[in-house]
Amino acid sequence: MGFPDRIERTVEVAHPPDKVWAALTTSDGLAAWFGNEATIDLRPGGPAWMRWTDGFRVDMRVERVEEPRVFGFTWQIYGLPKDDPRRTYVEFTLEPAGAGTRLTVVESGFAQLPDDAHGKAYDANTQGWASELGELVDYLDAA
Amino acid sequence: MPPDTEAVAEQVFTALADPTRRAILAALASGGPATATDLAARLPITRQAIAKHLALLTEAGLVTAEHGERRRVRFRLRSAPMQVAQQFLAALARDWDRPLEALTEHLDRSAGKPATTRLEEARSRHG
Repeated sequence: MGFPDRIERTVEVAHPPDKVWAALTTSDGLAAWFGNEATIDLRPGGPAWMRWTDGFRVDMRVERVEEPRVFGFTWQIYGLPKDDPRRTYVEFTLEPAGAGTRLTVVESGFAQLPDDAHGKAYDANTQGWASELGELVDYLDAA
Repeated sequence: MPPDTEAVAEQVFTALADPTRRAILAALASGGPATATDLAARLPITRQAIAKHLALLTEAGLVTAEHGERRRVRFRLRSAPMQVAQQFLAALARDWDRPLEALTEHLDRSAGKPATTRLEEARSRHG
């Protein structure tokens, strides 16, 4: 009944994981299908951004790099103000499927609460999200 | 997701479903805090109707009453519930289908041959 915290899609593409990996994790790859322009520093903590011809720009932070299986990044929740500290986590998983790749994208974190809704300080909110994200990354690393 | 999140979002969407309340919230958002009398002067709505809706919006936590000088009560928009509702919309506004189609087209193009693709909507777990 509640709104989803995560969105999940799976697509099978007739290309091997290394081709898909390059499309997801390089500036040229991202600019070819996602944004119109992109740069990425492919390492955990590395910055990345994409820009579209209409001027819209999104900043990302690379979180997880396990070539050619898992690529994860965080970005701002679409539609929220620029200064909103909340981020969703996007993770692409690439599995070989015959000669092609089974690609799954999961975006999670839509259900984060802004803590000021509960009367807490903005700083606590930022900190809370940072530690939550750290936990998520630890959990993912351990998995 | 805490159970009250949905209740908060529901109150916002309920408030926005009524054109009079929408006009009141829009006036407070664009013009800042205002008294019922200020709002009645600006909107084509009677002061009585505005007072009734402001009471309802205050009860729902979407506006807050500030007691000023000469017993004038000013109403201010509370942004926190709006942010909760906004994040509900964010999940609906996110489109992964088109980017994934663009990705498969890009891969097919760069490989120089057409390829079959299958797009399936995976189970979406509710938070």
